[in-house]
Amino acid sequence: MAGAVSALFLLDIKGRVLVWRDYRGDVSAVQAERFFTKLIEKEGDPQSQDPVVYDNGVTYMFIQHSNVYLMTATRQNCNAASLLLFLHRVVDVFKHYFEELEEESLRDNFVVVYELLDEMMDFGYPQYTEAKILSEFIKTDAYRMEVTQRPPMAVTNAVSWRSEGIRYKKNEVFLDVVESVNILVNSNGQIIRSDVVGALKMRTYLSGMPECKLGLNDRVLLEAQGRTTKGKAIDLDDVKFHQCVRLARFENDRTISFIPPDGSFDLMTYRLSTQVKPLIWVEAQVERHSRSRVEIMVKARSQFKERSTATNVEIELPVPSDASNPNVRTSMGSASYAPENDALMWKIKSFPGGKEYMLRAEFSLPSITAEEEAPERKAPIRVKFEIPYFTVSGIQVRYLKIIEKSGYQALPWVRYITMAGEYELRLI
Amino acid sequence: MSGHDSKYFSTTKKGEIPELKEELNSQYKDKRKDAVKKVIAAMTVGKDVSSLFTDVVNCMQTENLELKKLVYLYLINYAKSQPDLAILAVNTFVKDSQDPNPLIRALAVRTMGCIRVDKITEYLCDPLQRCLKDDDPYVRKTAAICVAKLYDINAELVEDRGFLESLKDLISDNNPMVVANAVAALAEIQENSSRPIFEITSHTLSKLLTALNECTEWGQVFILDALSRYKAADAREAENIVERVTPRLQHANCAVVLSAVKMILQQMELITSPDVVRNLCKKMAPPLVTLLSAEPEIQYVALRNINLIVQRRPTILAHEIKVFFCKYNDPIYVKMEKLEIMIKLASDRNIDQVLLEFKEYATEVDVDFVRKAVRAIGRCAIKLERAAERCISVLLELIKIKVNYVVQEAIIVIKDIFRRYPNTYESIIATLCESLDTLDEPEAKASMIWIIGEYAERIDNADELLESFLESFPEEPAQVQLQLLTATVKLFLKKPTEGPQQMIQVVLNNATVETDNPDLRDRAYIYWRLLSTDPEAAKDVVLAEKPVISDDSNLLEPSVLDELLANIATLSSVYHKPPESFVTRVKATTQKTEDDDYPDGSETGYSDAPATAADGGVSPPASSSNVPYAAARQPAAVLVAPAPVPDLLGDLIGLDNNAVVPSDEPAPPSGPPLPVLLPASTGQGLQISAQLTRRDGQIFYSILIENNSQIPLDGFMIQFNKNTFGLASAGPLQVPPLQPGASARTLLPMVLFQNVSAGPPSSVLQVAVKNNQQPVWYFNDKILLHVLFTEDGRMERGSFLETWRSLPDTNEVLKDFPGILLSNIEATLDRLAASNMFFIAKRKNANHDVFYFSAKIPLGIPFLIELTTLSGNPGVKSAIKTPNPDMAPLFFEALETLLKA
Repeated sequence: MAGAVSALFLLDIKGRVLVWRDYRGDVSAVQAERFFTKLIEKEGDPQSQDPVVYDNGVTYMFIQHSNVYLMTATRQNCNAASLLLFLHRVVDVFKHYFEELEEESLRDNFVVVYELLDEMMDFGYPQYTEAKILSEFIKTDAYRMEVTQRPPMAVTNAVSWRSEGIRYKKNEVFLDVVESVNILVNSNGQIIRSDVVGALKMRTYLSGMPECKLGLNDRVLLEAQGRTTKGKAIDLDDVKFHQCVRLARFENDRTISFIPPDGSFDLMTYRLSTQVKPLIWVEAQVERHSRSRVEIMVKARSQFKERSTATNVEIELPVPSDASNPNVRTSMGSASYAPENDALMWKIKSFPGGKEYMLRAEFSLPSITAEEEAPERKAPIRVKFEIPYFTVSGIQVRYLKIIEKSGYQALPWVRYITMAGEYELRLI
Repeated sequence: MSGHDSKYFSTTKKGEIPELKEELNSQYKDKRKDAVKKVIAAMTVGKDVSSLFTDVVNCMQTENLELKKLVYLYLINYAKSQPDLAILAVNTFVKDSQDPNPLIRALAVRTMGCIRVDKITEYLCDPLQRCLKDDDPYVRKTAAICVAKLYDINAELVEDRGFLESLKDLISDNNPMVVANAVAALAEIQENSSRPIFEITSHTLSKLLTALNECTEWGQVFILDALSRYKAADAREAENIVERVTPRLQHANCAVVLSAVKMILQQMELITSPDVVRNLCKKMAPPLVTLLSAEPEIQYVALRNINLIVQRRPTILAHEIKVFFCKYNDPIYVKMEKLEIMIKLASDRNIDQVLLEFKEYATEVDVDFVRKAVRAIGRCAIKLERAAERCISVLLELIKIKVNYVVQEAIIVIKDIFRRYPNTYESIIATLCESLDTLDEPEAKASMIWIIGEYAERIDNADELLESFLESFPEEPAQVQLQLLTATVKLFLKKPTEGPQQMIQVVLNNATVETDNPDLRDRAYIYWRLLSTDPEAAKDVVLAEKPVISDDSNLLEPSVLDELLANIATLSSVYHKPPESFVTRVKATTQKTEDDDYPDGSETGYSDAPATAADGGVSPPASSSNVPYAAARQPAAVLVAPAPVPDLLGDLIGLDNNAVVPSDEPAPPSGPPLPVLLPASTGQGLQISAQLTRRDGQIFYSILIENNSQIPLDGFMIQFNKNTFGLASAGPLQVPPLQPGASARTLLPMVLFQNVSAGPPSSVLQVAVKNNQQPVWYFNDKILLHVLFTEDGRMERGSFLETWRSLPDTNEVLKDFPGILLSNIEATLDRLAASNMFFIAKRKNANHDVFYFSAKIPLGIPFLIELTTLSGNPGVKSAIKTPNPDMAPLFFEALETLLKA
C-alpha cells in the first residue's frame, strides 16, 4: 500500500515547468512537461479532464490555482486522496507566504519555494503543511541575519499546529458560527436536495498553551448528561474536527477539547441533511414573444421571520446568450445585465423577512437563428445572501472554557451568520 | 512578504557561465550568495550549469542556512553528472550531520539520501546511523525516511548495516511524527522486498493505533494505510480495531477519513454480528457524504471509491442518492462519476426522482454527459423491471426533442431494453422509425436495424425500411453491414415473400462476393448454406430465443473488488485496476562503476535463489561473488555479442533482484525449433536458443536452454538491455536447475516500454543470461516487428484511404524484394493475417496484382502497406506509409520474414 510521488511540479498556464522538485529521480521534467502540455492542448479545457491521469507508466495528479498548475507524478500506487489534498495545502502555504499564488509570485520567491518544497515533502511523502509554523523557520526576508537554531518544537510535537511561547497582551477568541444553505429546486418547484453545512470558524489571540473546551447544544451530549433538551438541542449529522480536537475524547463522551492553533482556523464543520424551507424563494416566468423579444418576470420572497434581515442578496438570472437591449424594472434593489455570464444580476442590499419583491425585464433577441440550433445551456437561477444573527440549525455555543496555566481570563466573542451556499433553482 | 527573486532569472546573456564562475569565487559573501541564486535560477529554467560544480560546492561551507540549502539543492541535481566531483561535498555533509543545529543535521542527512551516487552513499551510513538515534525528533523523522531512500539505492547496504532494525525500533519512538515516518519507510521497503520485513503484530498494531491520536494528519494516513494490511485474528479483535479507528471518521482531512473507511471495511469482513455491521454502515454514511463537499479533485477520488463501496455494501448509501445529484457547476469529471453511482443506487423507491434528474441532464450542453445520462436511463430500465415502462416513456420524450445525438443514444439503449424485455414494448417501434433518417452513427444504425429485423413480422413496412439501407450497403461500416445481413435474413424467414427474397439475394451477394471483410463473408456463407439446405434449421438458428441480458456492464468481479477495496483511497481505487497493472519501477539511471555494479547484481540474486545452497557440493571453482569478473578475464569465453561498453553492462546487470523468485515451472511449450543464439561452443557447454513470439495478444520470449556442460547449472536469470521498444521481461525467468545433458524450454512473458533506448529505431535486442556457475553470457537477438503487430490493426477501407492520403509523401518508403515469389496468395494472406497484418483490398493494375494491408504497433502507430507483384513471377514491390517512417527498415525486415515463411 506504500506509495510516494516521484516529483512535484509547478507549471504555468500553458503547462510549462516553472519550478519543480525531484524527489525520486524516476520521472523527468521533460517527460512531465511533454505530457501535460499535450493534455492541455488536446482538451483545451483542462477543467474537464480527470484530475488523475495515467500516461506511459506514470500517474499525474494535478490541481489548478489561478494561473498555476500544481502537479505530482508517481510510478507507484500512492494515496490519491492524500496527495490531492496535499496539493491544496501547498496552495494554502504558498498563499500564506506570498499572499497570492501565481506565476509571478513563484518566480519572485523561487528560493523560498524550493525551501518549502524540501520541508513539506520528503522522498515523496507529505511531511508538514502548517504555514504558520513553517514561517517560523523558513523566512522570506532577503537578509536573514540570525541563524535559526532549531526547528520549532511544534514541527514534531504532538501539538504540531502551535508553537510555545506565544504572548498577547489581551487574550481574546472570536468564534463565528457560519452556516451555508445548499439547495437544489427542480423546475417543477420541488425541492430535491437541501442541506446545511456549518463551520465554527475561530480566530484565537491567546497566550501560552491554552486548553479549550467547547459546549454546544448537541442533543447526544445533553441527553447523555441527563438534561432536558426541550427542542433546544440539535442533531448534527456529520461532524468534522480540526486536527487539534481530541477525536478519541469526543467519541467517548462528546466533549470537544483542544489546544487551538494561533490565529484563524476552522475548528469544526458539520452537516445537517434535514429539509429546510428555502430562505429565499425565487420564481421566474419566461415568456418568449415571437422570435424577437423575451420577457422575464421574477418574484423573490423571503421565508424567514420578520425580525431577521438578509443582506447582500444577489440573484443571478440566466438569460439567452444572444439577448440584447435589456430593459429592467425592479420593485427593490438594482439589476444589471452581465453579458459575460449570460445573466441578469439583481442585487438587494437589505431584504427583511416576510417580504416579496418583483423584477421585470425585457430583452431583444436576434430575429435570425442558426438553422440547426444547439441545445441551449440551461443554467439555474442562483442566489447569494447573508442573514446575520441567525442559524438554520439552531446551533448554540453554550460555553467556551479557556484554561491556561498562567491563569488569565479570556473572553470569547461569538457571532452567528447564515449564508447561501450552492443555492440553485432550476428554470422550467 | 513578496520577494524579488525574479531578477536572478534576468541575467541570461552570453558569457554567463564564466561570469557566474567569477562571482561564485568572489571574496564577498553576498556576491557569492547572489551568484548561487543565479545558478539555481538557471537550473530552474532548465539550463545546464553542471560545469560550475566545483565552484558551487566551494560555497557549501557556510553559516548561512539559506545558501547551504541552495548548494544542497544544486548537488541533488548535478551530483549524478559529476560523480567524481561530488565526493568533494562529502566532508561537509559529514560535518553538517554533526552540527549543533538540528535543522542542519537533518538537512545534511536528507540531502545525502537524495544523491544517488554510490561513493556518497557509502559515506552516508555513519551519519545516518547517528541521526537515527539523534536526540532531536526532527532529525530522527528525517533519518527514518532516509533509510527508505538508501534502500532504494542499495538494499543490501541497508540490510547489512542493520538499518532495518534501527528503523523498526523507531516504531516505538516516543515522538508520533518519527513513528509515522518509520511506518511509511518500512511499508515502502516491504513493498519492494519479498522477505517479511515489516510484519504487523497485534502488539505493533496497538502501539500504532495509540500513535494515531497524536500524529500529524499526513502521519495518520501513513499509519492507517499500513495497518489496513493487518488481518485480525477473529471478530472480536476486528471489532476492537474498528472501535479505535472510528473516531478518525470525524477528522477534517478527507484522506484520513478515506483511509479510516478502508480499514473499517477490511475489518468488517470478519465481523459476524449483523447488528455491529449495520451500525458501522450507519456510521460510515455521513462521512462519505461529507466527502462530496470537498474540493472537486478530492470529490472525484471519493466518488470513484464510493462506486466500489456501494458494490460491496449497497446499504451504506441506499438512502442518500440525492447527494449524488449533479450540481450545475460540478466539473464534468465529477458529474460523470455521480451519474454512475446514481445508476447503482437507483431502486424502485427512488426511480421517479432519478428519472427526473436524468431527463434534466439529457438536455444539458456537454455531449458526453448527455449521452451518458441517456444511457443511464436505459440501464435503469434494464435493472428495474417495474420501472422499465417509465424509463421508456422518458426516452420517448427525449427522442421528441429531436436533438440528433440524444435520439441516437436513445435508440441504442432501447435496443437493449428490447433484449431485456422481449415482446413487451414493440408499440413504440413506430415512433422510433420516424427518426430513421437522422441516424448517422454506426451503433445507432445497427441498433435500429436489429430492432427492425427482430420485429419484422409486426412492422408492416419492414421490407421497405430495410431496403432503404441496402442501397448504401457497401459503404456502411462493418457493424452496420453485419446487422443488415442478419436483419434481412430474419425478415426473409419471417416473411418469405418475393420482396424479401430479392433483398436477401442482393445482401448475400454483397456480403460474399463484394466484400473483403472475412467476418461478414463468413456469416453470409453460413446463412446462405443454412437457407439453401434447410430453411427450418435456419429458423431454429436465426430466430432462436436469446438469453435475457442484465445490467452488469459496470460491476466488478468479486475477487477484483476485494483487491480494490483493500486499496481504497489509492490510485488503484481510482483506476479500478489492481496496482500491478500500472505500477512501474524504473531504476533511476545511476552512474555506477563496474566494480560496484557486479557484486550488487549477483549477490542479492543468488542469496534469493535457494537452489545454490541446496547443492553446495558441486559448486564450481569460481565463487559466486566474483563470477562476473571471470567473464571479463577468461580469454576462452568468446562472447557472441561484441564486448559491451561499460555503461551498457550496468544496464544489463541492473537486475531487479526482487523479481527473482524461483517458482513452479510452467509446462514447457513445444513448437518449431528456435534459432540458436548462444552456441554451446561459446557458452562453455550452455546453449541458448530463443525467439520473440506473440500469442493471444501477448509477447513472449520463447527460450530453450540446454546444458551440455559437465556441471549442473542453476539460478538462471535473464536481462534485456535498453532497446527501441523497451522490451523487458514481465517476470523472472523460470528455469529449474539443469543437470548435465538436461534442457528446459519456457515462455517468458514480456512487457513493452520499460527501458527505452534513445536513438534511431533498431531491431537489435541485447540479452544477458547468467546462472550461478558460469560467467554472464551476452548475445544479440533481433526484434522482428511483426511480433509487435497488435490485434486491433485492421483498418476500414475508408479510413485506410483517408490515412493514406493524409500522410505526406515524405512518409512513404519503398523497398523491393526481388527474390520473393508469392505462389499461393491465399496462404500468404492467411499467414499475414495470423501475424496481425490485415488484408484490406486488392486491385489489378495492368497485369500486376496490388494488395493493400494495414498493421499497427503499440502506441497506435499504423502502417499502411501496398504490395505489388506480377503473378507467377518472383519479385514483390512494397511501399509503406506510416507516421513513423524511421521504423520502415524494421518493418521491411519483418515483412521479408513473413513473406518468405
